[in-house]
Amino acid sequence: MGIFVNASTKAIVQGITGTQGSFHTRLMLDYGTQIVAGVTPGKGGKKVHNVPVYDAVEEALQKHEADTSIIFVPAPFAADAAFEALESGLKTIVIITEHVPVKDAVQVMARAKHQGAVVIGPNTPGIITLGGCKLGIMPVHIFKRGSVGIASRSGTLTYEIATGLSTMGLGQSTCLGLGGDPVVGLSFVEVLKEFEKDEQTKAVVLIGEIGGDAEERAASFISNKGYAKPVVAFVAGRTAPKGKRMGHAGAIIMGKAGTAQSKIDAFREANVSVAEKPSDVAKILAEKLKRRKNIFGGAESER
Amino acid sequence: MKLFEYEAKEILSKYGIPTPTGGLITSPKQARETAERIKSPVVVKAQVLVAGRGKAGGILFASSPAEAELSSSKLLSSKIKGIKVQSVLVEEQLSISKELYFSITVDRSNRSYVAIASSEGGVEIEEIAAATPEKIIKVLVDPLYGFRSYHARQIAKKLGYVGSQMRELAAIFLKLYRVAMDCDAELCEMNPIVETSEGKFVAADARLIIDDNALYRQSNFHGRLTKIDGDKLTSQELEAQKSGLAYVKLDGNIGVIGNGAGLVMATLDAIKLYGGNPANFLDVGGGASSDKMAAALNLVLSDHRVDVVFINILGGITRCDEVAKGILEAKNRIGFVKPLVIRLVGTNEREGRRILTEAGIPILDSMEEAAEKAVGIAKVGG
Repeated sequence: MGIFVNASTKAIVQGITGTQGSFHTRLMLDYGTQIVAGVTPGKGGKKVHNVPVYDAVEEALQKHEADTSIIFVPAPFAADAAFEALESGLKTIVIITEHVPVKDAVQVMARAKHQGAVVIGPNTPGIITLGGCKLGIMPVHIFKRGSVGIASRSGTLTYEIATGLSTMGLGQSTCLGLGGDPVVGLSFVEVLKEFEKDEQTKAVVLIGEIGGDAEERAASFISNKGYAKPVVAFVAGRTAPKGKRMGHAGAIIMGKAGTAQSKIDAFREANVSVAEKPSDVAKILAEKLKRRKNIFGGAESER
Repeated sequence: MKLFEYEAKEILSKYGIPTPTGGLITSPKQARETAERIKSPVVVKAQVLVAGRGKAGGILFASSPAEAELSSSKLLSSKIKGIKVQSVLVEEQLSISKELYFSITVDRSNRSYVAIASSEGGVEIEEIAAATPEKIIKVLVDPLYGFRSYHARQIAKKLGYVGSQMRELAAIFLKLYRVAMDCDAELCEMNPIVETSEGKFVAADARLIIDDNALYRQSNFHGRLTKIDGDKLTSQELEAQKSGLAYVKLDGNIGVIGNGAGLVMATLDAIKLYGGNPANFLDVGGGASSDKMAAALNLVLSDHRVDVVFINILGGITRCDEVAKGILEAKNRIGFVKPLVIRLVGTNEREGRRILTEAGIPILDSMEEAAEKAVGIAKVGG
């Protein structure tokens, strides 16, 4: 199964005729993703890797059934593309585009929330549910089908850690990037809730980095509500020098949150194991799953 | 992009927010003239883009034009937190009855803008927020409806104002929200906004940070990014800005190039974990071309403290073949004076490996193995 997308997901690609859009459409098709149509204003009637291109999302949806969109359009037009997808009733929107203005992101997220749609990104490598659907730009050969869910704030670090997991024989259910921008559509907490409900997912890896308080919130969610599956975290930026600070207001909102140490402490207080190095994630998780299997006599893998 | 106080105040003023009378000067003589024109005691404020300017001695008071000349001459020949003062704002001294705080900024967890206010504005606002959070008023702005006049009145009332003062202050808050939205601000702050002894409100200090991602549609600010930060950037940082690379100079001897901020940060962490010291943070970003990669390598190698360069690339949108070509390009252009440790995996990995292996450049698979190797080379002294 996995979360948000799976083998039955039918997607359109907005910005399909651009360099990145076209290149990654081919790779997503190669993976087996159902890409039913593409949209690029002014390029309607063309085909990209045999996928028909339309001038507007609405036109594409008159001819094809779809529930999801992946957006590759340049930053100045990304919000418009997202609004167009949302207004056409698509339920999951993946925004790969980076450098989307924060004001645009705020408006897109408000609109999505209003109609109960899920936005992944912006500035995300996307999402992949192994063996079912890839909507993103991640290289597929580093992943392996299995039962570990990954949610991450960093694209390349996700690849790093997924490689480690796959090498250890710990395959993945769904891996998704929350996005590297200040305002993104999903938080760790929302993804944790989905992974908890997903039968295929047996353990979760959270990959965080300095800035914001998404990790602290995830930790307090886990410690308040309890979490049925083992969670391992990695936080990048322990040795990063103090970055740009958003004046007084940033400090007022964040308090002490935001530093790597604050995030690591929060996770540890919530009994979430924190890996020192990316490669330790797989080792810790393997150990946890082994212990769990011993306790449950291996029965849980039968469910 | 951070704006200077005087620039922020010019914008606030255009929107009808009261600011102190004054002028920007770059010579002590101008300071005297400005003070003479103002005809009251003045405050002389260094225009530097650092936090804690007041505590660092960047704000002086002068009771006469002669004193203003002297104070500004002192500031113009000084550095505030390492930044050379190039201009000074000379303004009337306000008769302050109360200092308030008000700002509009982005609340990432709530995915919205937020208005923040306090009746205890001034330089201690962060400490007040930490120690007595109940003294901070926060109003989340619903992006679908915006910050409305009743929100502004509600805040003014909570700050203790009624009647015409409440309405006057609320109007200023609304104007500041307009500034934040029109300028694509990440932060738009008045700290303090002062209630004068006559009961009027004046923005005594202002801070405005523009969202860099929105600069393309903020034509007022075009072409001034490098000019502003120019004096505090190292030559490498300036070069990086021109090439579109995210570069931060650090104090070690292991040059680092990677793709993705998270991966580069984890690379720095790994180097430290193995006992080494990174010379820089350099993120080539997603989908780097061979040109960009070559520029990155040139940049890192131009830092004479660097003993070894650690290139850590995990290709997603970045293609390993492009990276490999960039490394070869740099090699052909400048030759490698320093040892390279390269870790290269991901999209088009096979092609990338082929290009480098054929050129006799070895490649590693694991980031930690590569980090350990780089630290080893650096310790031996290259």
